[in-house]
Amino acid sequence: MTIIIQVDRLLKTYGDFKAVNEISFNVQKGEIFGFLGPNGAGKTTTIKMLTTLTRPTAGKVTLDGHDPAVNPNEARHSFGIVFQDQSLDDELTAWENMEYHGMLYAVPKPLRHQRIEELLKFVELWDRKNDFVKTFSGGMKRRLEIARGLLHHPTILFLDEPTLGLDPQTRNHIWNYVCRLSKEEGMTIFFTTHYMQEAEDNADRIAIMDHGVIVAQDTVEKLMQNTQTENLEAAFLKLTGNELREENSNHTDNMRMRRRAWTGRR
Amino acid sequence: MNAIYVMWMRQLKRYLRSKARIVGSMAQPLLFLVALGFGFGPIYAKAGGGNYIQFLTPGIIGMSIMFLAIFTGVDMIWDREFGFLKETLVAPVPRSQLVFGRMLGGATVATGQGIIVLLLSMVAGFRPVSIWQLPFAVMVMFLIALLFTAFGTAIGSVMEDMHGFQLITNFLVMPMFFLSGALFPLDNLPTFVRYVAACDPLFYGVDAMRSFLIGVAHMNVGLDIAILATISFALLGIGSWLFSRIEL
Repeated sequence: MTIIIQVDRLLKTYGDFKAVNEISFNVQKGEIFGFLGPNGAGKTTTIKMLTTLTRPTAGKVTLDGHDPAVNPNEARHSFGIVFQDQSLDDELTAWENMEYHGMLYAVPKPLRHQRIEELLKFVELWDRKNDFVKTFSGGMKRRLEIARGLLHHPTILFLDEPTLGLDPQTRNHIWNYVCRLSKEEGMTIFFTTHYMQEAEDNADRIAIMDHGVIVAQDTVEKLMQNTQTENLEAAFLKLTGNELREENSNHTDNMRMRRRAWTGRR
Repeated sequence: MNAIYVMWMRQLKRYLRSKARIVGSMAQPLLFLVALGFGFGPIYAKAGGGNYIQFLTPGIIGMSIMFLAIFTGVDMIWDREFGFLKETLVAPVPRSQLVFGRMLGGATVATGQGIIVLLLSMVAGFRPVSIWQLPFAVMVMFLIALLFTAFGTAIGSVMEDMHGFQLITNFLVMPMFFLSGALFPLDNLPTFVRYVAACDPLFYGVDAMRSFLIGVAHMNVGLDIAILATISFALLGIGSWLFSRIEL
């Protein structure tokens, strides 16, 4: 097994606040690695540092042999990313968004056009390919975003909450595709999600982050064994503590709270 | 090279598709030309200045190019806001290519607009001194456009939201316009004002355009172009550097 992502005592501070507090972990080549944590745990900041968007305060990252802080250009050749929030150009068509992405990532034209057709059909946007993205619904934009991220078959694919807001069928559909790509091409997948079932079903290994530190990392089975729980959701709650953070309570947190109240009553 | 082409093409498409933006950015120079040209024309002639439309047109072309160029540069704030900036920043291409393509796209659009304003001004009565000098005038337009797109991009790289935009318009763009000699000759102004005007890149742009369009200028046109080119290169460098340092 070769290590493809190596993170060593990675630190990011904003003033006094330690968003990411000296975390270390490794990801193996071809692995599907889940990166979980409550809102504000520091997941997105970590991904930003791995993908050259933010410079770390301290610590070292190696991505397919390159340090994103030292050789950002080389590191960018190794990965692709589907962002948590929108990153499409609204005033271009779906096809143009795909085409320009493929050109930026230097996918040769015949292969590029073949994959664009395949992917747009896969996310059921082929018949809308010449429509402007600004006319798309939230779910359609999300699907296009994922299709675009899969276009250039990178060595490492970062998926930051890729399936947020999609219906269960579409989520399954997309995960099947991603897992197949990972198997066929040895692609490493690094993802975050709020859907615990998704992580339980797809991840080879999981790291759980909270308050800027990694509180546990292991396979799903080991995590459940160590916490003496029956599913990942319960293990997650046990590891990240039971008190709900009022300051950034949002939809997902509310869902979690309601679920806890429900299971407590039984 | 792909990156330069993609970013250039994108700027062009975005401009051409936004009909409201095109009409809006055409209306302003036209309004200035008609209102000021016909309004101040008689006074200007009485003062012995000759035909005001002839004097005004190169200035209005310069103005319209500057406004659009700065605006397309600062437009990057929206890409930051709507996320497209991230998509380009993680792409495996040098950031210098991304920013250069973007600047080139903005400059192309602004030059195109300058040419259209020139044609429209001919309808309003402007007569260029010689057809053969027009290509040189267009070259100057492109230089002005490149300079101010780079300027706008530099601003857009450090500004994080749209709040500062009014400030830039009122304290940078409008003064540069008024001090450029686009509307009135600067000859008889206080020495102090002329020194300040000497720091205004648009002053050299308008002067160089007058030289090619109406055959009259304050300075040597070669010097004008040399100064424009120098400032452009400097701003291209600064803009690229600031862009390469963007963190999200």
